[in-house]
Amino acid sequence: MNGFVQYFSGFFKALKSLLTGMKTTLKIFFRKKTTECYPENRDKLYVAEAFRGKLEMVHTPDNHHHCVACGLCQINCPNGTISVNSQTLTDAEGKKSKVLESYQYDLGRCLFCELCVRSCPHQAIRFVNQFENSVFTRQKLVLTLNRPGSSLLPKAEAKPQQDTNL
Amino acid sequence: MFDFSVVTAWIDNLLQGCMSQTAAIIIECVLIGLVLLGVYAVFALVLILAERKVCAAFQCRLGPNRVGIWGSIQTVADMVKILTKEIIAIRHTDKFLYNLAPFMVIVGSLLAFACIPFGRGLQILDFNVGIFFMIAASSIGIFGILLAGWSSNNKFSLIGAMRSGAQMISYELSIGLSMLTMVILSGTLQLSEIVEGQNELWFIFKGHIPAMIAFVVYLIAGTAETNRGPFDLPEAESELTAGYHTEYSGMHFGFYYVAEFVNMFIVAAIATTIFLGGWMPLHIPGLDGFNHAMDYIPSVIWFLGKSAVMVFVIMWFKWTFPRLRIDQLITLEWKYLLPINLLNLILMTIIVAAGWHF
Repeated sequence: MNGFVQYFSGFFKALKSLLTGMKTTLKIFFRKKTTECYPENRDKLYVAEAFRGKLEMVHTPDNHHHCVACGLCQINCPNGTISVNSQTLTDAEGKKSKVLESYQYDLGRCLFCELCVRSCPHQAIRFVNQFENSVFTRQKLVLTLNRPGSSLLPKAEAKPQQDTNL
Repeated sequence: MFDFSVVTAWIDNLLQGCMSQTAAIIIECVLIGLVLLGVYAVFALVLILAERKVCAAFQCRLGPNRVGIWGSIQTVADMVKILTKEIIAIRHTDKFLYNLAPFMVIVGSLLAFACIPFGRGLQILDFNVGIFFMIAASSIGIFGILLAGWSSNNKFSLIGAMRSGAQMISYELSIGLSMLTMVILSGTLQLSEIVEGQNELWFIFKGHIPAMIAFVVYLIAGTAETNRGPFDLPEAESELTAGYHTEYSGMHFGFYYVAEFVNMFIVAAIATTIFLGGWMPLHIPGLDGFNHAMDYIPSVIWFLGKSAVMVFVIMWFKWTFPRLRIDQLITLEWKYLLPINLLNLILMTIIVAAGWHF
């Protein structure tokens, strides 16, 4: 007798659960679709702020950067992506200082690990969420990050920055 | 309501007027064959696109939307691609059976497709044992699947084909019995007369409770019969790569693919024909004005609309339920569907004998 009851109760329970499943999928059928129609929706595309798309050097509006050409980022990069080319200048008092000449960054080799940004003592570089990086040749992926004619921000203007990001 | 036999009679008269009767009949046969193949291919393309769109919607995606408006010619592009692909000859296969199998599948579904009454006077094969012929013809497809599995000389293909055999033979019973239930109500096996019999009221309403039970059983068994999910274990891709058509490539694979989708349409079309009135418009007894207004919608649109709803329901099954295990599949048929069906058959017989239907 128990088996008899089990047969029928199992049958109706199964029927109910199947209908529940069908109700759920029908709800999803009419839900708003999550597909991004990428090239069409470029204007209103949302990319997370923290997304690491491309390395960028921070420049002030009057074309100054914060890079002191210490080369820590170059040392820390696991893939040899960055090469900091600097030149040593001697001023009138005989004091020597390193000045950045060009900051070469090979996007094609980059691992996007962010070790360079984390190791930088002056927050001179950062990752931006710009992801449209495709070009036709690999040479075009080698970028110079310091803008032409830019120079190090003079010391008096440099604000003391807090290392909150670390 | 427009009767398509006017068109066919006109073509017949035209041909008979300018040539002998034998030549006219031969030309008509060739014409019908070509039209049938064309319609078959177009249906397959539309169904594949519909499947991809519906599947996408159930998964919160958009589906194909790049080729043509709303991806409308995506499947045409796919068809051109699959036609240009090489048919690879596999070593250590039974060459004759291996090449024959896809055609068996296609022939089976084409024969069943030819029986469908698409509209008033728009039916190719119509004779007094129509439903019987249809069940017999659609069962030829299983030979193709079994041959494919056997001749491929591949363990996955063979397991897939054997599962398919077990499944189709079991569910053939349910399909046959649920159709038989409706045949008791209609009193005829001829498809055109079954549709005519639903002039007053569709059979699913006319036969009320047993008709509805038969309808649900038919849908479950029909889904199983077409090897579609949740009964797609003959081609369970996670276990058997692709089941019986693992070794096939190019258009030979395309035949299986096309046949699967058209078989789904055939199941939907038979459900439409014997339960939902075929091409017959929605008629409610007593509402003459309403019935008259419904007659203005062409019969083909009625038929295709109802079939589209049924196809959607079958797709809905596929994208909702997880795949069954083989023992669960056989249990469902022999322990649940078959007893329900037999009791339902008795119930329907009593109702028809006592005249308790509408």
